[in-house]
Amino acid sequence: MNSQYQRPRFARVWIRLGLLGLGLAALGACKAKESAPSTETAALTPKAAEASGSAASAPSASAPGAGNEQYFPLQSYRVGPYAAGGTGFFGGFIDYLQLVNARDGGVGGVKLTWSECETEYVVERGVECYERLKPGLNGAPSAAFNPLSVGIAYALIDRATTDKNPIITINHGRTDSTDGRVFPYIFPLQLNPYSEVSAITNYIAQREGGVEKLAGKKIVTLYHGSPYGKETIPVLDILAKKYGFEVKHIEVPHPGTEQQAQWLEIRRYQPSWVILRGWGVMNPVALKSAQKTGFPADHIIGNIWSNSEEDVTPAGAAGKGYLSITTHPAGRDFPVIQEIDKHVLSKGKGNMDDPKRVGSVYYNLGVINGILNVEAVATAQKKFGKKPLTGEQVRWGFENLNIDDARLKELGALGLLQQIKLSCADHEGGGRIRFQQWDGEKWQLVSDWIAADRDLLRPIIEESAAKYAKEKGITPRDCSKET
Amino acid sequence: MQFFFEVLIGGLLAGVMYSMVAIGFVLIFKASGVFNFAQGAMVLFSALTYVSLVERDLSPWLALPITLATMLLLGVLIERVVLRRLVNRSPMTLFMATLGLSFIIEGASQALWGAQVHGLELGVPDLPIEISGVFISQFDLFAAATAAVMVAALSLVANRTRLGIALRAVADDPLAALSLGISLPRVWGAVWAIAGVVALVAGLLWGARTGVQFSLSLVVLKALPVLIIGGFTSINGTIVAGLIVGASEKLAEVYVGSLMGGGIEGWFPYVLALGFLVVRPTGLFGEASVERV
Amino acid sequence: MSRRIPPALALLLLALAAPLVADDYWFNAILIPFFTLALAGLGLNILTGFAGQLSLGSAAFMAVGAFAAYNFNLRIPELPLLASFALGGLTASLVGIAFGLPSLRIKGFYLIVSTLAAQFFVQWALTKFAWFSNDNPSGVITAPRLIVFGHDFSTPVGRYWLTLGVVAGLTLAASSLLASPTGRRFMAVRDMETAARVMGVPIFRTKLLAFAVSSFYCGVAGVLWAFCYLGTVEPHGLDLTRSFQVLFIIIIGGLGSVAGSFLGAAFIVLLPVLLDHVAHGVLEGSLDAGNLENAQKLVFGSLILLFLIKEPEGLARLLTVASRAVAQRLLPRNFPRASAPITVLTATTEARRDLFRKWRQS
Repeated sequence: MNSQYQRPRFARVWIRLGLLGLGLAALGACKAKESAPSTETAALTPKAAEASGSAASAPSASAPGAGNEQYFPLQSYRVGPYAAGGTGFFGGFIDYLQLVNARDGGVGGVKLTWSECETEYVVERGVECYERLKPGLNGAPSAAFNPLSVGIAYALIDRATTDKNPIITINHGRTDSTDGRVFPYIFPLQLNPYSEVSAITNYIAQREGGVEKLAGKKIVTLYHGSPYGKETIPVLDILAKKYGFEVKHIEVPHPGTEQQAQWLEIRRYQPSWVILRGWGVMNPVALKSAQKTGFPADHIIGNIWSNSEEDVTPAGAAGKGYLSITTHPAGRDFPVIQEIDKHVLSKGKGNMDDPKRVGSVYYNLGVINGILNVEAVATAQKKFGKKPLTGEQVRWGFENLNIDDARLKELGALGLLQQIKLSCADHEGGGRIRFQQWDGEKWQLVSDWIAADRDLLRPIIEESAAKYAKEKGITPRDCSKET
Repeated sequence: MQFFFEVLIGGLLAGVMYSMVAIGFVLIFKASGVFNFAQGAMVLFSALTYVSLVERDLSPWLALPITLATMLLLGVLIERVVLRRLVNRSPMTLFMATLGLSFIIEGASQALWGAQVHGLELGVPDLPIEISGVFISQFDLFAAATAAVMVAALSLVANRTRLGIALRAVADDPLAALSLGISLPRVWGAVWAIAGVVALVAGLLWGARTGVQFSLSLVVLKALPVLIIGGFTSINGTIVAGLIVGASEKLAEVYVGSLMGGGIEGWFPYVLALGFLVVRPTGLFGEASVERV
Repeated sequence: MSRRIPPALALLLLALAAPLVADDYWFNAILIPFFTLALAGLGLNILTGFAGQLSLGSAAFMAVGAFAAYNFNLRIPELPLLASFALGGLTASLVGIAFGLPSLRIKGFYLIVSTLAAQFFVQWALTKFAWFSNDNPSGVITAPRLIVFGHDFSTPVGRYWLTLGVVAGLTLAASSLLASPTGRRFMAVRDMETAARVMGVPIFRTKLLAFAVSSFYCGVAGVLWAFCYLGTVEPHGLDLTRSFQVLFIIIIGGLGSVAGSFLGAAFIVLLPVLLDHVAHGVLEGSLDAGNLENAQKLVFGSLILLFLIKEPEGLARLLTVASRAVAQRLLPRNFPRASAPITVLTATTEARRDLFRKWRQS
């Protein structure tokens, strides 16, 4: 290293300037080239390369057809610490899109297309993928974004609202984005974090023999030390005050590979129930640590991101009896999954590397997400016509989504997906969950649909949304004025 | 009182687990002055290889030697391909090189074995045994015993074998060792191979505890304060520091953490290490550096 | 005066040409993070590259800056935006000084413990105490509207200009600082602390000043990260991984070089994106998405190793050597073959290489 810092020599600086100019010129040339049809091609499934399939079922081999396609940009994560969940979810999503193309020829005659951009669950990469994919693909406009990450969703809120692209945060997300008047483009479909804990409380009440029996009981929330984990602390405190039970919040610092101190504390506190708000490696470690300290697994209730096979399998025998919530059962005995099998999997076009994972919790979540996204497009097409739609139009589709039992039966998802009805002010729609228990091999449903106290939660959500609106200077929409 | 002992013993045993990861760092730092950023990736790779072989219906008694051989090979390969071309560079450069290595090893692990999560069973159930009312985890005791055996083996190698003596010579003064005719690249290759084996042991034990998945490489975060307190160059120091960090971390989380809202386990070991270092600036057992003008 | 023309021209070029050439994607995903991380790298370079104090807490100071600016902006509505930027930086400075105090006792590699403690403690404190995030239950802050001197800078171009302006101004300031006696004091502490003390350089004050300046820069970088780039700050986004990333930026770019921070940021931030585009263009169809990503990781790691083998002192040195070579061809009179200091440097390296070669052959 130089022991005297010299400003770069005169001529050298001019040379560097020249290089900079060259760089910008090259950029300009690239831009000119880019305005021609993009060179990106849709991601092919691993088997698609060898597939000899019929023309109708080739996912992206279909010629772009002058932009007569609806595009789903996928900010997927297939490597990194959360890859197990990501591969399952996006695999199910892609398989459903392929089903719609293969069996129905698309939505209203408009074929679906998609491409993936790896985010590795990192926020900046999610933002970069969003910016890269938002112009569409080969002229096909993007319908909606499904990042499956709360961090990425937060970073996209402002951008997506300006760009008019819906962000779907199924089963997670920012709770106050349920209020569509302040967050017109964010959709925490099916279940937001407040509904989760409310429904869990109702289930515990059921197990204890009634809401009155909750008074005096001790419940612990073991949460992941992140915004996602902390989100429900205020609501649990409110519920505790309402029903008279004691709640203790214990934090597990990220990533959660060591939880001995926390579980020893739980042992000392002797609660009747532990609610687990985990993520990633924290889940199996929690189960193992519980076994280590002698807490029974069947009194641990995992939330919506602690409920998959990938969360329990590494824990081995310690996971037996563990309860968790789910918005949809696992398994393959649903007509829609069987249709996917018939039209996609048996033709060797399935997106999952391991066919045993079809029917797992994450895979089915991907399928449900696919159903909801496609139904929104279909709903929007009823108003705007059977053509590729923009994000703003698809947003209308989401806000007017109404899937009842009859429609569920048509889709082949009765029993898999709950009834869901969204509106301008309500971007969640469902709010009901079922409970499942791990028997060592698979998840078994042990309860019927249990609803959250949405009426109790709504005022809290509206207050939080109003605070956000004030901070950002947003005027909330007037839902009565919109069609 | 009995609760206090539970937390204390649990913490001590956890600390032993941290030291096991830290020992890999110490070995490499002592012999070549390199802080091996790729140690976490090596832990992950070894555990993943073992588990994937077992899942492909290979007997554990066969999978283990194969994984062992793989890690030995990896260590030698790293020395040959990477370190030999970076001889005599600054420690910063070598540190960056290990970063590049960690990317390569991570990418290779996931490309080879996939991104799935796996459970790892070592035959010892994680059930608690009770000793006069105090719960102690069986598995943690097994892990502590394994660590003891490993440290004993390492000290045997260091004190009784030619390789070990060469290793200590190189750690002490590379130039003098060179002048004696000790082959530096061979010693470094051996050190990296041994570090690979240590990574394997740590990977298996931690993998049994947390499951084998990508986050396994994050266990090195727990090893950093241990390294700092114990000094970067002493294995005994690492063990003692591990015990200190493990016990104090858990006790602080339980007794002090509740006053502060919990979650202090993340930063407490570092603040503790800071405190130690202010008193002894080169760690408990580290070598004091002499500054010359 | 003529010295200032090239940098001024460069700035003008970047400010005006970019909006003509670049689009949303380039601003939002490439240029703004590049400049932000380059600023953070510059901050760390001042501390580690010029003053020799190892630090792994850059992301913590970024977080302090971001949260502080947010709170100042929120709670004092009349405060102009740039003032809250500055106050955010100053708050980070204070925290930096606090965690820089142990540098009096602890030297060398072990000093990282102080900034590591800062990293974890700050991350915990900002999430734990709801006051910092205006009682948001998740502990996340969102950026306010960016209004400077009455103009709205919230569009991608506006945010780009704001970032560029701040970074350019601070880089100029850093350049001046490092060429001044203060800068020479930093380098004295780095190269030979005992000799510097003997000569009368106030060691403790110098070290603390280095921490203060460095943390100020990292703090402002954090504000840019939160306000201009992501629009939000999640504690996990500014964790130890980010600190390591900033350290890698300056090591690859060149320790002790202002230009190195920018080159390193280009390598660490832009190269992966470039690899992704290339991979999608070239390999799409032959590999599935997951393996594509793994292949990129392998390539990136190999590139790092390659660069280190070829030029261990970083990209800045590579650029200096390259531009010197070009200058030699163009202006042989101004640039004779090799000037004295360079010969000495290469001679030492050459001598070492000779020794090693002889030993290998024996």
